[in-house]
Amino acid sequence: MNNLQSLSFFYPELLLTLVILFAIIYDLLIDSSESGKVGWVLVFGLVLVAIAIWFQDSSKVTTLFTDAVVLDPFSTFFKLLIILATIFVSVVSLYSNELRDYRKGEYFYLLGIITFGLFMMVSSIDLIMVYVSIEIVSIMSFVLAGYLKKNTRSNEAALKYVVYGAFSSGIMLFGLSYIYGLTGSTNFFQIQQILASSGSESNSAILMAVVMILAGFGYKVSAVPFHFWTPDVYEGSPTTITAYLSIAPKAGAFAMMIRFFNQVLADGGAMSGLGYFSTTDLPWASLISLLAVLTMTVGNVVAIQQDNIKRMLAYSSIAHAGYMLLAMPVMSGDSIYAIMVYLVMYLFMNLGAFFVVITIKNKTDGETFDDYKGLGWEMPIVGITMTLFMVSLTGLPPTAGFIGKFYIFASLIQGGGSFYWLVVIGGVNSVVSLYYYLRVVKVMYFDGDRKDSLVSPPKVLTAMLLATAVPTMVLGIYWVPIAKWIKESLVFFIQTI
Amino acid sequence: MDQLNNYLFISAILFSLGVFGVMTRRNGIAVLMGVELILNSANLNFVAFSRFGGMNLDGHIFGLIVIVLAAAEAAVALAIVINIYNNLNTINVDEASTMKE
Repeated sequence: MNNLQSLSFFYPELLLTLVILFAIIYDLLIDSSESGKVGWVLVFGLVLVAIAIWFQDSSKVTTLFTDAVVLDPFSTFFKLLIILATIFVSVVSLYSNELRDYRKGEYFYLLGIITFGLFMMVSSIDLIMVYVSIEIVSIMSFVLAGYLKKNTRSNEAALKYVVYGAFSSGIMLFGLSYIYGLTGSTNFFQIQQILASSGSESNSAILMAVVMILAGFGYKVSAVPFHFWTPDVYEGSPTTITAYLSIAPKAGAFAMMIRFFNQVLADGGAMSGLGYFSTTDLPWASLISLLAVLTMTVGNVVAIQQDNIKRMLAYSSIAHAGYMLLAMPVMSGDSIYAIMVYLVMYLFMNLGAFFVVITIKNKTDGETFDDYKGLGWEMPIVGITMTLFMVSLTGLPPTAGFIGKFYIFASLIQGGGSFYWLVVIGGVNSVVSLYYYLRVVKVMYFDGDRKDSLVSPPKVLTAMLLATAVPTMVLGIYWVPIAKWIKESLVFFIQTI
Repeated sequence: MDQLNNYLFISAILFSLGVFGVMTRRNGIAVLMGVELILNSANLNFVAFSRFGGMNLDGHIFGLIVIVLAAAEAAVALAIVINIYNNLNTINVDEASTMKE
């Protein structure tokens, strides 16, 4: 579809651009003390964009802008997920004390631009678009990680993020250049076609290129060994941004990774498993298995030793990236479905956990285990919701986390005997994670003095805690609507050349 | 085809130098220069493939886009380095490391 025709299918993104532009101009007109209003502009705008996406004709599956991006239910699902995360984070940002002394206008429209970048990320089918969208998201994240200009930890987080980010996207770009050189095309489907018809003589070159591209993806989802930035950036950034980075760019990167592996390295679609893909005989399935095992294990083992809750949650988010990566090598319809279910569950429970950290930071200005002593009695709502999030992150029934893990492991078992060892390692890792998640609960309820006075967080923060806690609970018991929606979203645009 | 090999060889050297620079330099600016080398080595690849590989113009376009993004990234990175310098009086990546590993 050519550029002009594409515009009529691109209106949610255009609307988002208008919202961002309006936010930029609006920020110029208002005083610094009331710059939080830009946040409400963004939230309102995003709700409009979500409505626009929801009512887009879902039967229309097509490419836009001369095969640069696609419009398909798969990308629509991820767009809505990302909007949900952005709305949650924007609302909480308005009530975070960390940002109180700063002008907040830029903060919110940068969040809007990240959202736009993620929209492109989940729908790109062209190497150029892949690189551009990753960079849009990365550059805006660098700025937001260092948003607390006077806070040295935030500065440091931004520096580390920019060095690691630029480095790994550079390596990814080099890998992309070899893919282009080997196939002569930047379009996913053409590349797949050429790879499938070529012999095995260029296998080593393709393997090298794929490993380099994995460095870029691995950095975005914070997979070991590309995770070194994660703990420091998560600890130093404003907590609201940490919450955002732990879910939205990860979701975008997983969508992009699924598309890349499913449509470039597998025979397009590949909804029934990769069994009959033999064109290039690349060991990439075992590569990703190894990556997943490393990611889970390192994330969980190092998380045990942390004293800072934010840093502990950073390692926990590495571990969760590992669980999601587990399902990647199977690459059947079921495993992609499992990853999507997991992302929905992970969104609620992980955002919720970070919202608790923000609430506590507002109160005590600290984020170590010591700050959580006796909290369960003092702030009952925070205590109960945090317990729920921790149980859910561990993956115990009857919470959302259990359903997510259940689908992942089920898809692995259906994938056949070669994936059983992954299930075992995943199970052991879940047990290990129980220790550090429940340590938070223990500190909240059994350590410190029991105070008689009750403290309640601001109403909006309480509402946000409940807005993440209720789905975490309910989706663990009744997840049929979500499951149905994801099943319907599992439609890729596939071009046969 | 020989010409293409020359270009690929040069770009591989540039890439290795860039990686070496990022790994060994401790000065923030020098690390960023290493990153620029990596990006430009990839650029050289794209343009060489496009010119000598008998391919379409996508490579040239890719090169142009990478230049733009590299400039944007460098601008943000330098702003961050300046901010670090204002607060800590150093641009050494190791010294700007208060959070424990």
